[in-house]
Amino acid sequence: MNKDIRLLQGNEACALGAIYAGCDFFGGYPITPSTEIAEDMALMLPKKGGKFIQMEDEIAGIGTILGAAAAGAKAMTATSGPGFSLMMELLGYGCMAEIPCVIVNVQRGGPSTGLPTKGAQADMMQARWGTHGDHPTIALCPSSVEESFKLTVKAFNLAEKFRMPVILLLDEFIGHMREKMEVPAPGQLAVYTHPQPTVSPAEYTHYGDGSSVGGPYASMGSGYRFNITGLTHDPHGFPTGRADEIQWKMDRLKEKIEGHRPELLEVDQEFMDDAEIAVFAYGGAARSAQQAIREARAKGIKAGLVRPTTIWPFPDQALEEVLRRVKTMIVAEISQGQLLGEIQRLNQTHTRVVPVQRYDGEMLTPNEVLNAIAEVSK
Amino acid sequence: MHPSYEMLRPGKKFPHVWCPGCGHGIVQGAIIRAVQKLGWSRDEMVMVSGIGCSSRMPVYVDFNSLHTAHGRALAFATGVKLHNPKLHVIVITGDGDALAIGGNHFIHACRRNADLTVILMNNNIYGMTGGQYSPTTPIGKRASTAPYGTAERDFDPCALAKAAGAAFTARGVAYNALELEKLIETALTRKGFSLVEAISPCPTLYGRLNKEGNAVKMLQWQKANTINIKAAEKLPVEQTAGKIITGIFHDQETVPYTEIYDRIIHKAQGK
Repeated sequence: MNKDIRLLQGNEACALGAIYAGCDFFGGYPITPSTEIAEDMALMLPKKGGKFIQMEDEIAGIGTILGAAAAGAKAMTATSGPGFSLMMELLGYGCMAEIPCVIVNVQRGGPSTGLPTKGAQADMMQARWGTHGDHPTIALCPSSVEESFKLTVKAFNLAEKFRMPVILLLDEFIGHMREKMEVPAPGQLAVYTHPQPTVSPAEYTHYGDGSSVGGPYASMGSGYRFNITGLTHDPHGFPTGRADEIQWKMDRLKEKIEGHRPELLEVDQEFMDDAEIAVFAYGGAARSAQQAIREARAKGIKAGLVRPTTIWPFPDQALEEVLRRVKTMIVAEISQGQLLGEIQRLNQTHTRVVPVQRYDGEMLTPNEVLNAIAEVSK
Repeated sequence: MHPSYEMLRPGKKFPHVWCPGCGHGIVQGAIIRAVQKLGWSRDEMVMVSGIGCSSRMPVYVDFNSLHTAHGRALAFATGVKLHNPKLHVIVITGDGDALAIGGNHFIHACRRNADLTVILMNNNIYGMTGGQYSPTTPIGKRASTAPYGTAERDFDPCALAKAAGAAFTARGVAYNALELEKLIETALTRKGFSLVEAISPCPTLYGRLNKEGNAVKMLQWQKANTINIKAAEKLPVEQTAGKIITGIFHDQETVPYTEIYDRIIHKAQGK
């Protein structure tokens, strides 16, 4: 069979990845620089019998995908910083009600309307802490067009398995970058869909069989009647004020992430075996860091790249190990230090940590990272 | 056994949170009887609500139920219906939920004309939050945040919905439960976006703050001040001013959004 090789933007690869993962519902509100995702979904979804709807605002966008997902859809929305801010209340709802869906945030410069057509990586903390209340989140961050495709598929798989909204934290640099990629053939990448319950409706408990991860749960209209609410609820989904049931619910949300860190975390390491300097970067910034490290190696500098594709939960263990091993860690990011703060939190060995930041809407260049590597290697 | 019993969740979630004298239970009974008359099964029903006194109803009625965030019920309901058009989707909302925080969703849901039936339980006040004024509190009436009377004019939800494109609009009052039941039954059978505004007394807050008396007095006031639209049309304007007009205001056969979208799927698939 001929290979399906295309020249694609990160945003287009994301939309294709969603279709590959079985997404059959998209609801959202257009916002630069995420619009190609909505446009592609509007074109592709009806062809496969799926539904696309452009809602009146971002709040309605996430609301409609949560409703569709409760009715059994594999649902997705895409937005950028200001829209992502509007979605926060219902992102928390999705976590509390344990509704699987994918929310793409193609990050642009902020705060406020900021830089609509220019990139940034400054919504990282919003992805983690934007909602109210205690709950964990999952956020994935691709560094290439091909990875935009793969991580979108992974985002759907994790959403289905962990029963929660999963955030795909793209940035404008990757979203609008064009690269050649081979679109995987059907079956080449694993696609996970949550199982349906097999017990009788009378025995069914929507949150109650202990499996917050990978367990069966019913769709509305499938013959299993249940209640969904954003209020703290018991295993049947009914509101509760009982301390033991509140504790059960909150621990359940926490444990589904804390209990599965190895499965969730992926950290790509390059030239790290003998590295004395590690550069830590994700998304668009990681591309420049990668180039800088290759040039540094050519100059004989022992530098390596540590690049997570899961930014939440944060890869604590892998980073602690790297911090113990290297003399210097350079934190390269397109923000004023959101990533840096996490590294400082983990740096119990007092390793030298050097930030390289850019936040003027432009891409952090390989030279800027290389200069920092050269400086610390003196 | 009460005929509504089979549609409720007895033993699980009763007694309910509604205050003595609240009209919401009467509206709930009318909804249940309307669904029973149509012979629809609980499995094909989805009840979606927002936040507020009225929006607690999905816990009591044994349908597929979705209690969402304040003002957002229509967004969720649109997703449920669009993904699975076979489901009968009833949206339970209040005057604050639908017309203030959810106002944008309300007008666009009317415009879009998804096949949803909205029961807007209007008690002219924010009940659950403790009696603040809502978009339907009449000008000059008191609320906890309008101690001197509100300075704002109120919405007519039925007129608003019609102007925004709803296929069906009607109004009933809790006092006249049988008329309300009939209106809800008719709304459920209509294609496209249908709205039934159910005027529901709140003696605990609205009634107390505005010295309208107890629940019985508020219902008696409804009885004395409600005129069906057919009768109202024959009366001079001065006799209908300040009265609650009930009945069907707008009823136009339409193709709902969900059916139009099916045509788009056919087109996209080249059929």
